[in-house]
Parts: sequence; structure tokens; C-alpha cells
Amino acid sequence: MNKPEVKLVDENGVRLDGRKLDELRPIKMDVGVLDKADGSAYIEHGKNRIIAAVYGPREAHPKHIALADRAVIKCRYHMAPFSVEERKSPAPSRRELELSKVIRESLETSIMSEVYPRTSIDIFIEILQSDGGSRCAGITAASLALADAGVPLKEIVAACAVCKIDGKIALDPSDIEDKQGDADLPIAFMPKSGVITLLQMDGSLTEEEFNQALDIGIAACKKINEIQVEALKRKYISVKEQAEERHEIQEAKA
Amino acid sequence: MTIFAEKKQLVAPGEVLAEGSYFPGENTYREGNKVYASRIGLAELVANKLIVVPLKGRYTPRVDDFVIGRVVDIAMSGWNVDISSPYPALLPLSETPASRAMAARKDLTLIFNVGDLVMAEVIAFDRTRDPLLTVRGRGLGKVSSGRVVRVSPAKIPRLIGRKGSMISLLKKATSCEIIVGQNGTVLVSGRQPKNEQVAAAAMYMIEREAHTRGLTDRVSEMMNRELR
Amino acid sequence: MSTTPQQPPIGKIEQKGIVDLLAKGRRIDERKLTDYRDLKIETGLVQKANGSAMVNLGKTKVMTGIKIELGKPFPDTPNQGVLTVNAEFVPFASPAFEPGPPSEGAIELARVVDRGIRESKAIGLEALCVEPKKQVVIVFVDVYVLDHDGNLIDAAAISALAALLTSKMRRYEMEGEEVRTSDELVPLPVHNEPVAVTTAKIDGNMILDPCLEEELVMSSRLTVTTGRDGSICAMQKGGLGTFTDQEIRQAVKTAIEKGKEIRETIRGATAGR
Repeated sequence: MNKPEVKLVDENGVRLDGRKLDELRPIKMDVGVLDKADGSAYIEHGKNRIIAAVYGPREAHPKHIALADRAVIKCRYHMAPFSVEERKSPAPSRRELELSKVIRESLETSIMSEVYPRTSIDIFIEILQSDGGSRCAGITAASLALADAGVPLKEIVAACAVCKIDGKIALDPSDIEDKQGDADLPIAFMPKSGVITLLQMDGSLTEEEFNQALDIGIAACKKINEIQVEALKRKYISVKEQAEERHEIQEAKA
Repeated sequence: MTIFAEKKQLVAPGEVLAEGSYFPGENTYREGNKVYASRIGLAELVANKLIVVPLKGRYTPRVDDFVIGRVVDIAMSGWNVDISSPYPALLPLSETPASRAMAARKDLTLIFNVGDLVMAEVIAFDRTRDPLLTVRGRGLGKVSSGRVVRVSPAKIPRLIGRKGSMISLLKKATSCEIIVGQNGTVLVSGRQPKNEQVAAAAMYMIEREAHTRGLTDRVSEMMNRELR
Repeated sequence: MSTTPQQPPIGKIEQKGIVDLLAKGRRIDERKLTDYRDLKIETGLVQKANGSAMVNLGKTKVMTGIKIELGKPFPDTPNQGVLTVNAEFVPFASPAFEPGPPSEGAIELARVVDRGIRESKAIGLEALCVEPKKQVVIVFVDVYVLDHDGNLIDAAAISALAALLTSKMRRYEMEGEEVRTSDELVPLPVHNEPVAVTTAKIDGNMILDPCLEEELVMSSRLTVTTGRDGSICAMQKGGLGTFTDQEIRQAVKTAIEKGKEIRETIRGATAGR
């Protein structure tokens, strides 16, 4: 038997996880979580648990993929076998291959790749636990990892998905809303330039519903971008504050 | 003309630094009437130029830089050297002291072998070519002894200090010989391993806290404490 | 791993030519910005397939073959038939194509075409269940790109739809424990007509149905697939460029209108099945 369909939104506009239609799930971000990678970031978005890492700019391998006037960007979106309910084979699926492509394109726009010709900048996104909107959370983390690695960027890219559940447009679908909803619309956005770098959709939306969803998605991306910049600076500010605190203690002793 | 960032303010990529006819320097870019940061770092205004001093990043070679690298491969008539930059460096046989070049033509390993550390200078580098090194010059050549410390190249200026003040402090306090490569590789030689260790610890401390106030005093205090 | 593709083999002067013409509102083949190239649809070429359609969109040639067979359902949907879309970029279709497993471009195309058919509910998967949990009808949609002159996605979607609309299948019925396969052929039930419309952005100009040279110059593309009632069932942005939200809304509006026109053409070519 197919699983019985659940009502996703109640009469008061409250969703299964208690959120309102325009509410984001809780988000937590940390930058510089890995030692060997040049840049890294960890994100918890809803129940998503994702690590993104960046190596580069470094020598391009194999040599023939190198471009004469800019860096080549490589991107791998991959789900761990234990990240979903039923164990997933570690071999890359067609979905992961498609997502690797669209994610690379969404980030490549923000990278000033002409600064490092003939090199390669490698982005790795590992989904440790998946909970709806993983490609968006992956982009959010990867953009932070790029900034952490010191890769020159026009700006940091933020991403979020919008869905339609029980006929209503709602922000940031959880896993069950993603699976049972009527539409899923992942968006990646650069707030300062005001442009969209990733846009996909599947499901059913009228033109009006789409316009509404686009507005909500863009607004959410702007909010997520603020959290990203704060997480990026926090890593460096905390060292500064600790050091200065010690300095003040020493001065007081003297 | 307005400046939005304060001196030494921590800025992230995409943040507006200034509006008006400022010149966009290192790690910034201009779009329309505004200048933005392109890397995370500390904003600075040098004359009319806005720059961001990066907190992280690989070593980008500059002509005349002194670097310490590791030989990774033997090429046609020279050696491939890893100088911790996105670009592999080449040390051609012609850039070794003439006296030894003749003999080595048949066997390059007579001069340098894979795994050797070399002190060299960058003599050429541009967008179309990998960096070229030379070991012809005083103080250049194979490294025979010493302890290797690697720090982020972005922190080397802080490690050296204004007019070499910071590095002199380290040398004096630990009685060690310290040779600093612009690419982040540093060589430390001391009479006692303990001295070398303290020198290394001081360097890691500087690397971690490069962008804070009162660093010189804290480093000095730590070294004196450890070597008492 | 997805890697930045090699730079397209188009010279700077040719690029400039296309961009300059567009600034004057013209295209290299004299089309209007929203014109599609000549569209020719031929169905029934492959008798061994349940359905087939050869599409010529300008010089782009894409053929789709449909095979309908009995098979096992997916474990998480035991009462549904199966729709599976695959795309092959045949090596002779372009000097840039090499034999081997599907490239990310081929995978993306297949998945976008699949979304159009699946999300528009063009194929009723529940009706294709023969024996719950054990035997269902599997619809194989195989897209074969034969000549690449730009806008493969739209051409592929048109050929997939035309092939489905003209597909015939045997009737499968349970007789006690066995499945009885009828000798007579019945049309495959198709309940919607999804049409993909791709907009390409070149230097700020938005054009429909880019030919190959235009694709080599474009910064990004947006494919919008709509169904019979004008609702959107799939969207995919591609390329390294970006869109403002205004440009996206405009592209959606255009796609809904253009989709109607193309749907009429497809209906005309597949009528009297």
C-alpha cells in the first residue's frame, strides 16, 4: 500500500512541524570546521546536516581541463549512504550528477575565476543527513567554504527552497513537505547584485503562484545571507576577542 | 566620496567599502560607483586605494620573492618545486651556480633530488607562465638542516613585522636563526630543540592572532615564560 | 564531479557579431527574438517501437522511441506503473560529443524532460498497475539526439511528447493468476501535453529557441515547461550567467504563451492516432 497522504497544513495555517507558512527552519552555520581543506563550512538547516569543503586554487588535474584565462571550477554534490531513511548506494546517482552541475553553475557565477588562470578550484558538498532542501543548504555552505578558503568572490550566494503544500505557498519545505507537496522550487540568490544563480522547479504552479513563491524565496535568501556573513566573521572575531581579553587581563595585572 | 568600512574593519566578500572615485586595490573590485571586498580580511585605505588584507589564502608568487620550496619532480632540464602556491614552480638547470651545472647535466640529482628543500628566489611569473626560480645568489641553495615551520602566507608580513621588528624579537628571545620564506615556509635553527619549539609556538601564535592588538607583548611574554 | 566545460569553439568576432545584431533586435538567422525555427514532426518511423517521433527544429534533430513492457514496480510505489526517461547524445550528433556514459548535459536533459511528463501527470501511473506489487506497465522514453544545432531540451521534449501521443500498447489484464496480453493494440493514455520553452540570455537580451551559435554565446538559459491549462510543471535554469527576478517572470509569461502555439503544432502532427 502506498503510504496514506497526511494533511500538511491545518486550518490555522500551522504546518506539521509547528511552523507558519512563511517561516524558515532553524539554521546553524560554522566556518572553518576542517583542518586540511583550504576552506570549509558546516550547516544544520532543519534536520539537514551538511559539510562543504573547498580545495584551491590549485593545479588542475588532469592538465587538459585547465583554462588559459581562468580557473576551472569542479563541484561534487554527494549524499552519504546513511543520510536517508533507506540506505543509499555510495555510487553517484543521476540526481547527484544533475545537482553537481546546477550547483557548480550557481556558485561559479560568484567566483572571480579570472584571478587564477590555469588552476582548479574544487568544491565538495557531502550530505550527512538529508531533510528537504539539501541542495540549497549545500550551496549556502559551499559559498561560505569558498569565502573561508580565500577564493575571490563577487559576493556570497544564499539558497532556499519554496514549496506548495495543500494548495498554499510555503517557505523552506521539510522532507515530508518536499515529498508530498504539490510543488518544489529551489532558488539561489546573490543579494547585492540582486540576481538569481539557481532556479529549478517541479510540481504544479500557476503563473501567479510562481510569482508569489519567487518573492518569498528571494526574501528568505536575503535573510540567510545575513546569517552567512555573521558566521564567516564570527570565526575571526572570536579569536580577536579572546586575544584582546587576555591582553586586558595582563594589562590589569601590571 | 564616502568610505563605509573603518580602518582594519573585518569585511566579507561583497561588502561595500566605499562609494566614489577610490581605486580598487588588492582583493577588492569596482562595480558601478562602489568598491566592494572580494575576500574576507581587514579593510585598509592606502592613499586613494582601498585594499583588503586577507586573513587566508594560498601564496601568490611575486617576482623577487624569497621562497623555501620542496623538490617534487625532476624535469627535462631542471626541477619542479612545490612552493605552496596554486602554480608549480620550475627551477631550471641554467639557474644553478655555473660551476656545478656542467657536471649535473648528465644527472640532475647531483645537485637536487626529490624531497630536498631549497631556498630560492622568484625570477619570473605572469598569467601565462608558471613561476620560475633561481638559486644563483647569496644564501640560496639546498637546505641542509633546521626545523620547518609552515604558516599561512597571508600572515608572513605580520610575522616579519614593521622593519623586521617581530622576527628580530623572536630571533633574540630564542637565540635561533630564523629564515622566513614569503610563501609561508620558515626555517628555524637553534642550539636546543626547546628553543626551536618555542620559536615555532610563537609563529603559530602570531599566525592565529595576527589581526589583534597587543600581539607583540603577548608573544614576548609567552617566549620569556617558556624559556625561563 | 561537475567541471567547468572547455571554452566553446567560437571566435571573438563571431560572438561580437551576434551580440551587436541583438542590440538592434535582430538575430543571425533573421528570426524575431521570440520566433522558433521551423518545426517538423514525423511519427511512426520505428515500427518495432511502441511509438516514435522524429523532430527537426531548425537543423537540430532529435528522435524519441517509446517501449512499453511489463515489469516490476518500484518498492516504494507498488501500485504504480513506471515512467523512465533516458537521453543519449549520440556521438555523431556533434564534434563535441564522445562515446561513453551519459554526460551531465544528457542527464540534465533527460531529467528535465522527465519532470515535464511526470509533474504534468501526462501519463497516469496508477492506471498502469496490472497486478499490485508484482506486475506493472513500464514506459521507457528514450531520447536520441542525432544532430546538435542548439536547444536540445525543447526539441527533446517535443519529440518525447509526440512519440507518447502516438504510442500504441497491448492491453494487460489479470486472468486469475496469469496476465493476459491482448493481441489488439490500444493507444497509450496521455492526459496532458507538457511543452518546454527555453529562453536564452545574451548580453541582457532574452531570445527563444537559441540555435547552436547563440547557445555558445549565451550566458544562461531558463527552460519553463507548461501543461495544457497554462500551469507550470517544471523549470530549469542552466549556464554560468544569472537572471534578475524581472527577467524570470518575463520568461515564464512568454513560455506560457509560446507553449500554447507549440502544443497546437504537436496536436496537428499527431492527430488521428
